Amino acid sequence: MHLKYESQLREPLVNGNKDYHQVTEDILRPIEAKPTKLWYLGFYIAVGLLMFGVYSVYREVTYGIGQWNLNKTIGWGWDITNFVWWVGIGHAGTLISAVLLLFRQGWRTGVNRAAEAMTIFAVMCAGQFPIFHMGRVWMAFFVMPYPNSRGPLWVNFNSPLLWDVFAISTYFTVSLLFWYSGLLPDFATIRDRAKTKLRQKLYGTAAFGWTGSTKHWQRHESLSLVLAGLSTPLVLSVHTIVSFDFATSVIPGWHTTIFPPYFVAGAIFSGFAMVQSLLLIVRKVFDLEDYITLGHIEAMNKVIVLTGSVVGIAYLTELFMGWYSQNKYEGYTFWYSRAYLFSPYGWSYWGMMACNVISPQIFWFRKMRRNVYVTFFMSIIVNIGMWFERFVIIVTSLYRDYLPSSWSVYYSPTTWEIGFYLGTFGLFFTCFFLFAKYFPVIAVAEIKYVLKTTGDNYKEKMSPVEVLATVEFAHEYAH
Amino acid sequence: MAKKKFVVGCFDDEAVLFPAVKKVRTAGYKLHDIYTPFAVHGLDHSMGLRETSLHTAGFIYGITGTTTALSCISWILTKDWPLNIGGKPHFALPAWIPITFELTVMFAAVGMVITFCYLCQLAPFVKKHHFHARATDDLFVMVIECTDKTNTDDLKAFLTNSGAVETDLQIAETDWWVGRYDNDEVPFENKKEIAA
Repeated sequence: MHLKYESQLREPLVNGNKDYHQVTEDILRPIEAKPTKLWYLGFYIAVGLLMFGVYSVYREVTYGIGQWNLNKTIGWGWDITNFVWWVGIGHAGTLISAVLLLFRQGWRTGVNRAAEAMTIFAVMCAGQFPIFHMGRVWMAFFVMPYPNSRGPLWVNFNSPLLWDVFAISTYFTVSLLFWYSGLLPDFATIRDRAKTKLRQKLYGTAAFGWTGSTKHWQRHESLSLVLAGLSTPLVLSVHTIVSFDFATSVIPGWHTTIFPPYFVAGAIFSGFAMVQSLLLIVRKVFDLEDYITLGHIEAMNKVIVLTGSVVGIAYLTELFMGWYSQNKYEGYTFWYSRAYLFSPYGWSYWGMMACNVISPQIFWFRKMRRNVYVTFFMSIIVNIGMWFERFVIIVTSLYRDYLPSSWSVYYSPTTWEIGFYLGTFGLFFTCFFLFAKYFPVIAVAEIKYVLKTTGDNYKEKMSPVEVLATVEFAHEYAH
Repeated sequence: MAKKKFVVGCFDDEAVLFPAVKKVRTAGYKLHDIYTPFAVHGLDHSMGLRETSLHTAGFIYGITGTTTALSCISWILTKDWPLNIGGKPHFALPAWIPITFELTVMFAAVGMVITFCYLCQLAPFVKKHHFHARATDDLFVMVIECTDKTNTDDLKAFLTNSGAVETDLQIAETDWWVGRYDNDEVPFENKKEIAA
C-alpha cells in the first residue's frame, strides 16, 4: 500500500527490481569505488584544455583585447557568442529542477541533479566572457553599485548590461543554493555509509549534520518548492535580460520584440541537448541505465523537438518581418547578410537552420527519440547549431552597419580567442568530472521518493490495487 | 544539553510505518521524531507536526529585496546623482523592474536557505546523535522519548507488534555539538549533569 497510485499505462521511471537500499548502492557505487582509467584520461584532457584557456586569458589580460580579432565594427564576436551560448545551456538545468517540479513531472528526479550541476558550471563558464571582455579585468568590480570615491559615480541601472550583472549573479546564487540544499541528504547518506575516515570527515562536513528528521524534511520540501517557484520566473528573466542586451539596441537584426521568447526557447533547446550529451555518457559509464531510462531520454527529446520548432518559427518570423517592415536595413540584414547563402556569412545562417530547425524534426519519430545513438548525435548537432545562432545574430548584424565606410572585413577569431572558448570547455568538464566522481549524479533521496509509485517492480505489485484504496489509505493515515 | 532515554523502532516500509505512527500516538507515547531516508509525504501530518512557516519567511525576505532595490535605485538615480539620459525622466520605473525582480529573488532565496539552516541547525562541523546509521539509507527510524514511568520492554514489544523490524534502547544527546563525523569525541560527555 502506498500513498499514491500511478497508472499502469505510464512507463516506469526506475527499471529493474530495486528496493531502497539497492538504489543507494547503485547510485553511490561510482563515488565509493576508485576512479577508472577512462575517468583520469577525461579529467586530464579537461585540465589540459583549462590550462590552455588560462594561458589564452593571460595573453588577453597582459596585451589587451587586441589579442582577439575584434575591431571597431565587430565589437562583439566569439566572446559574447560564447557567453550567450553557455548561459543558454545553463537554462535546461533550472527548467528540469524547477519548472518540472512545479508541473509535477516525476521523470525530473532521474536527471535533475546532473542538470543542475551542468547549470552551475555553464554559468561559471559564461561569466568569464563578459568579465574578460572588459579588457581591464582588474576593474571588474566597478560593475557593483557601492558608494565609491569616484563621485560616488553609480552604475547605470537603466542599462541592460547592468541588468545582466544582477541577473547572472542571482541566477548563479539561486541555482547553487537549490542544488546544494538538495545535496545535503545525499551527502548524509554517503557519510553514514563511509568506510574510510577521510570520507566520513569530508562528507560529514558537507552534509551539515543532516539527520533526516521529519520536521527537517518538511522544511526541506517547503524550501525546494519555494526555490522552484522563484527559479521559474528567474530562469525566464535571465535569458530575457540577455536578449535585452541586443533588443534594446538600434542595430538591425537586434532591435526586435521577438527576442525574449525566442532566446528563452533557444536556451532551453540547447540546454536539453547538453543534458542529453552528458547524461548519455554518465548512464553508460556509471551503469545507471535503470535510473536514466529511455523514457527519460524520450521526454527530453520531446522538449528538444518542441523548442527547436519554436526557434524555427522565430527565425521565419524574423525573415518575414525583414520583408514586411519594408525597412531597408532590416531587409538587408535578414535577406542578404543572413539568408543569402553566398553572402560572406551566409554559411553560418544556413548551418544554423540545418542544425536547429531541420535536423531535430527527426524526433517526431518515436523510434528516433528512443535511440541513444541518434540522440547523442543530435545533441551535438543542436549545440553546434545554437552556437551558430548566436554567432549569426552577433556578427551578421554588426559587420555591415548603416555606414558602408565602416563595414568590416571578414572576421575570424585568433588562436587566443578560440583558446579562451576551449578553456571554458576545460573548466566545464573539469568541474563535471569532479562532480561525477565525488557527488551523487542522481538525487538518491528523490529517487527513493518516487520508487514505490513509479518503480518497475512496484508498479506490477500495485496493479491489483484500486486508486480508491490508495486514496483511502492516505486519507486514513496521512491527513 | 541534556541526555534522555529513547526507545528506537526501525521500520522498513512506509505502509507499515503509517499505521504504527497512529498506534503509537493513540497509545499516548511521546514521539520524539522519525528519521527517514527521504521526504515521506504525509508523515508530518500523521505525526501531528504543524505546517512550517518557512515560506512566509521567504515572502518577507522577498519584499525586503523589492524595497531594497526600489529605494536604493530611486535614491541613486533621482537624488544622489541624477543623470540626464536623453531628457528621459529620472524616475524611470519600467527600466528598474529587471533589477528589482532579481533582488527580490536573491533576497528570498538566500534568506530562506539561511533560515532553513538555522531552524534545522545545519552547518558544517555540526554533529548530532544519529539513532541509526541506516536512517539515511533504507530504514524509517521512529524514536520515542521515555519518561520515568515508561516500561521500555513493553514499549519495544509494542513497536515490534506494530511492525518494527528492529528495536533498541538508547540514551542520547538531543542537541547538536561541534564535532567531526570521523571522530566520536563529544566535548561535554565527561561533564557532570547539573540537575535543574
